[in-house]
Amino acid sequence: MFHRKLKEKGIEISLFLAAATTVVVLLFICIFLFRDGYLLFETSSFTGFITGSSWYTASTPPRFGILPLLFGSFLVTAGAIAIAVPLGVAAAIYISELASPKIADLLKPFIEILAGIPSVVYGFFGLVVLVPLIKDIFDIPTGQTALTGSIMLAMMALPTIISISEDAINAVPQALKEGSLALGSTLWQTIYKVTLPAALSGISAAVILGVGRAIGETMTVLMVTGNMAIIPGFPEGFLDPVRTMTATIALEMGEVPKGSPHFHALFAVGSVLFITTFIINMVADKIKRKYKLKEGL
Amino acid sequence: MSGINDFADIKVEDLNLWYGSNQALQDINIKIPSKSVTALIGPSGCGKSTFLRCINRMNDLIKVCHIEGRVKIDNKNIYDEDVDVVELRKRVGMVFQKPNPFPMSVYDNIAYGPKIHKVSKKDIKGIVDKTLQDSALYGEVSDRLDSSALDLSGGQQQRLCIARTMAVEPEIILFDEPCSALDPISTNKIEDLILKLKEDYTIVIVTHNMQQAARISDYTAFFLMGEIIEFGETNQIFENPEEKRTEDYITGRFG
Repeated sequence: MFHRKLKEKGIEISLFLAAATTVVVLLFICIFLFRDGYLLFETSSFTGFITGSSWYTASTPPRFGILPLLFGSFLVTAGAIAIAVPLGVAAAIYISELASPKIADLLKPFIEILAGIPSVVYGFFGLVVLVPLIKDIFDIPTGQTALTGSIMLAMMALPTIISISEDAINAVPQALKEGSLALGSTLWQTIYKVTLPAALSGISAAVILGVGRAIGETMTVLMVTGNMAIIPGFPEGFLDPVRTMTATIALEMGEVPKGSPHFHALFAVGSVLFITTFIINMVADKIKRKYKLKEGL
Repeated sequence: MSGINDFADIKVEDLNLWYGSNQALQDINIKIPSKSVTALIGPSGCGKSTFLRCINRMNDLIKVCHIEGRVKIDNKNIYDEDVDVVELRKRVGMVFQKPNPFPMSVYDNIAYGPKIHKVSKKDIKGIVDKTLQDSALYGEVSDRLDSSALDLSGGQQQRLCIARTMAVEPEIILFDEPCSALDPISTNKIEDLILKLKEDYTIVIVTHNMQQAARISDYTAFFLMGEIIEFGETNQIFENPEEKRTEDYITGRFG
């Protein structure tokens, strides 16, 4: 009797520990990231970091201005979203509203496979196929540009955007669509004026999660964007090389002496990245929750 | 089938319908008189809703649905190749079982139909006012035309759906158990409205509620297992049915 109780308790505690691990890991990541990032400001100023327009790590004194990297990330991400959202939403509409079940069943596994390809493979594909193509099409010195990164990231964000938009569109009650059709509207009018507005919050959540995916992506952008730490112009900057926050960390972390200002600067960049994606995910979660409440699901 | 005039808005001839290999309607022949209320009654799964959805071709949306026979409106078979379904549904409106207002303002709900049919903006305002008045909703919602239709009560939502249907100016309105989700007071209001509407529209209503059929309809068709067992004037069907099965159903012996 006593023995059995002990065993039950033991199982419960070990399961709790397993679950608690995730929280602990997150906590430790936060602590180390923010602490090591904060240490940068012992040697250089916080405003210099946040508003600095040059990232010269080898100059004396070194300059750690995050703006080129921040704008690099934003530019590549904005381009990716501009490409992926129309494509993804269109694909979701087709799959959920227009395609016959047979075609939908054929398409869905392909989209899932797209999500499963390792990012280094995307990067490889981009480097070998897309980079020369961009170079030729625009007749520019290098094909490693922000645009190249945007296109690759768009491909990678597509599965997320398609599947979440599709869920949102499917969640629109059939009764609403029938109500619209019964008034003599065409299928397209119904999709455009009733179904899409009703699914809008779900689609926005899809877009924001796509942004989150794109902004945190490292390997692919590192391989195709050229990695030049200069503040890109807009919109002509799309055809210039850029460097994102993620690529910077990945490129430089291996070479810096532990504990040096440069080391801490990379952690500070990591903190900014962490906070950005955290906010994005929170917003997406909020929108999704709100729309689930509204639909009464 | 006595007492039915020869002129009929809706003439159904030898209508058969299958869902896959499952036959849901069998040899339906019926003439539904214009400017009157025709009730379709019968137990669950007898095919009355399926039949209703044949009249505005709502069954087109179901891919496994297969239809043979003719449904004629003004002597034109609506299943002919050259019939424009959009045009048909504009002439034949439908009100559903559960109120299904669009997630937009009260005004936009009614304006939706005229807008897609390219009615000019200034005419739409007049249509909205008129249909709100005709649907006896005006007094209740005139001060919140801009608020969401989803904030209205269930009964108001259903009347809004009726108003929305009227705004397209159909000739026929199909009601698919419009009161099944409503309380008795709301039901009463909808019944009053339907009685008023029959002056201008041909109305076909599916109902589970026998008293409702008796109260508001001029003609009643009794469906059983996908067939019409009996069709005639409502008084006659309820007081003196020819078929034993009709009598059994109406007196509550089954169903």
